[in-house]
Amino acid sequence: MKSFLIKNGRVVDPANQVDAVRDVFIVDGQIAATAANPTVIDATGKIVTPGLIDLHVHLREPGRGDKETIETGTLCAARGGFTSVVCMPNTTPPADNNGTIAFIKQRAAAAAHVNVFPTGAITKELKGEELAPIGSLKKAGVVAITDDGRCVQNNELMRRAVQYAKMFDLPVMDHCQDYNLVADGVAHEGYWSAVLGLRGWPAIGEDMIVARNILIAELTDWYIHCQHISSAGSVALIREAKRRGVKISGEACPHHFTLTDECLKNYDANFKMNPPLRSERDRDAIIEGLADGTLECIGSDHAPHCQHEKEVEFDHAPFGILGLETELSLSLELVRKKVLTWTQLIEKFTVNPARLLRLAKGTLSVGADADVTIIDPACEWTYDVAQSASKSRNSPFHGWPLRGKAITTIVGGKIVWSE
Amino acid sequence: MNHTVIMEAPAVERALTRMAHEIVEHNPQPEQLAFIGIRTHGGPLARRLARKVGQIVGREFPVGELDISMHRDDLALRDGLPVVGVSDVSFDVTGKMIVLVDDVLFTGRTIRAALDEIADFGRPQRIQLAILVDRGHRELPIRPDYIGKNVPTAVPERVRVRLVEVDGKDEVVIEK
Amino acid sequence: MSTNTWTRKDLLSIQDLSVAEINIVLDTAAAFKQVGERTIKKVPALRGKTMVNLFVEPSTRTRTSFELAAKRLSADVINIDASASSLVKGETLKDTALNLQALNADIIVIRHSAAGAPHFLAPQLRASVVNAGDGAHEHPTQALLDAFTIREKKGTIAGLKITILGDILYSRVARSNIWLLNKLGAHVTLAGPSTLLPRVFEEFGCRVTYDIEEAIADADVINLLRIQHERQRKTAFPSLGEYTAMFGLNKERFARTKPDALIMHPGPINRGVEIDSEVADCSRSVILEQVTNGLAVRMAALFLCAGGS
Repeated sequence: MKSFLIKNGRVVDPANQVDAVRDVFIVDGQIAATAANPTVIDATGKIVTPGLIDLHVHLREPGRGDKETIETGTLCAARGGFTSVVCMPNTTPPADNNGTIAFIKQRAAAAAHVNVFPTGAITKELKGEELAPIGSLKKAGVVAITDDGRCVQNNELMRRAVQYAKMFDLPVMDHCQDYNLVADGVAHEGYWSAVLGLRGWPAIGEDMIVARNILIAELTDWYIHCQHISSAGSVALIREAKRRGVKISGEACPHHFTLTDECLKNYDANFKMNPPLRSERDRDAIIEGLADGTLECIGSDHAPHCQHEKEVEFDHAPFGILGLETELSLSLELVRKKVLTWTQLIEKFTVNPARLLRLAKGTLSVGADADVTIIDPACEWTYDVAQSASKSRNSPFHGWPLRGKAITTIVGGKIVWSE
Repeated sequence: MNHTVIMEAPAVERALTRMAHEIVEHNPQPEQLAFIGIRTHGGPLARRLARKVGQIVGREFPVGELDISMHRDDLALRDGLPVVGVSDVSFDVTGKMIVLVDDVLFTGRTIRAALDEIADFGRPQRIQLAILVDRGHRELPIRPDYIGKNVPTAVPERVRVRLVEVDGKDEVVIEK
Repeated sequence: MSTNTWTRKDLLSIQDLSVAEINIVLDTAAAFKQVGERTIKKVPALRGKTMVNLFVEPSTRTRTSFELAAKRLSADVINIDASASSLVKGETLKDTALNLQALNADIIVIRHSAAGAPHFLAPQLRASVVNAGDGAHEHPTQALLDAFTIREKKGTIAGLKITILGDILYSRVARSNIWLLNKLGAHVTLAGPSTLLPRVFEEFGCRVTYDIEEAIADADVINLLRIQHERQRKTAFPSLGEYTAMFGLNKERFARTKPDALIMHPGPINRGVEIDSEVADCSRSVILEQVTNGLAVRMAALFLCAGGS
């Protein structure tokens, strides 16, 4: 295996409290103190970080290989600068049994470009009625359980699931949606849904479940991670609960801190996702939540859908957009706008998700797996979704001029992507 | 642009008076006469003719106005749609002897559209055509019954009729 | 002959229209209304053109109105109802429309339960697309015929006090009317149960009230919306009975309206629910004239969008 010297880059490694210009050595797939005859990668003017982790992606395999596969999805990850992805269980069949988990791990071993960490379901078939075999899923290698795509509505069942998961040291993640409050809403309930005549998805439909998760986390003294937080109300609830020491956490997606519901004006289903784009006030609250640490992770919720599925009437289109290839560039805006420092931003892609999911990733300590991302912070480029590595094309950012991108992605000491 | 006045107010008035007498001469039983003018200038001309014929014969005749935009044969070919106005024919045309009135007769297509539109209102006994200026260059087999003045023109020229009711004065002008 | 300044190939929403464009439609409609009073109620303006009624959401009244409008313009008409069409077999809306275009349809009139469906189609088609109602978003020809009726009866719209009463939240008729009446300078009041009339509608420049007496007291025009108690509305109010008691325009309330206030309704009316039977038939009710005017307005819309090259 090749040895590498990543030379002269600005190394941002929050796990080791490092933000300085220095060299990084890779030997035999691990970070090393030094190397003999390494291949030199000149990182002058670039940012060098531990390989970035995206804790919320949909790889669609098994079952919907027409939208995306483990191979194509992880290639998107590599191109986006991500060395590890955590994949969601709403596949077909769903990941509610060790057989599906075994399949995913096997496909990943054979074809994935980056590390794949599967999650398992909370309930059988994600129906929210009976517990999935959580112990068995843990043994099969899931890093967390979630019904993402769906949300357990029965609070008693959710309480029992969290209690049970604690026994296996499994964090619980939740897509927070109260089905009754949300009903058949497709757009944030507010000014724009009223103008456009679209059925509203009120913010309290998310806040309500975040609140119940806080109470359950407090009661069970266990970790519940609220996925894709989109509303100001949710941020406020999580902030207050964290202050009290509740084991609650939250993540934000780039589209929720970049776009608002005004984007729905043209009924373009590439702006339709769940939870929906919300008002400016909500967007600003998400940004504030990222700034003060209330929201400790950023994830893409990369959700590929076939073109013909998205190119329909807004009401009929499935929810979801691509995210892996634009995630980093959009997040870098937060550093440019001085909302976050480099360290604060990189934390959200490294130490924080790693700690949450007990992954031995997200650091450049000597001896750690050599997962490294090299970022050119200044490079100007335009996102052309037609060139995406995904099988799908559903991105609202097509044609956007962006600044900054990952130019080299290294997984286990091998270069899996290079600009 | 060059323009020449070919008829002034007194000439217009004399022409209309002569046409009125011709109409009376060719319609010995004038009870069913009615006048319909084609917008924009045909309307006032129709009203003047109706009044003059009325004075000669000693009775009032109904007058209507047509907006022929919806019956044009060139809607799909033009660069924009015409502004459509309301036609005002408040009497029953069936059985009447219509005198159709317009200011200038050129290709004949406007008259063709007017004939089609009148048919939408009913079935006149007879339609006669009264024109203030006939400038030639017919593209359809249309011929006037009463003519104010024959004016030979070249195709690119324009003949403009101005009337007191619309433009403040009576005159006929050729623009080159 | 002066040339019209209308240049749109589609009529999708009132929100897009300028005041000048609205006036062109209303003025053109006046001419077409007169056609309906002739012996031969037909003009050749759209002769040889083909109009397709693509009613993915069913409606007999609006569809019939558009069909008659097209036929009076001498166009050929095809009616497609969703239930009988290939949409049931899974053909996408886009493919259905492209197939119609392959048959050289000139105009597609579309009614759909999904907001934004006409906006989705229009850029993809050469044909003119006319929105006959898209979900809760807009129903442009309804607002135009309402405005035509008001203008005909009252002479003007600017300065009038107009009340729209009923289920505003889910109503495309309400939205199109709000945009149009505001553009033409009317003072719009919205009234209905609070669950069907969120305060956000104040941001559209309307007065919002939950008190029907206050809403109709000095109204020059009262436009009643049809109220339904189906699935989506079941949590919004308890029953039609309670709605009628609280918000119905019954004889007693009607007696308290201004003596020259117009009573309007997009139809079909629920006698005894949003409007008392006698009120619907009284002399101040212009509900049937709205239907006649609807025909003229739709003729104008079809002519303007598709009459030219």
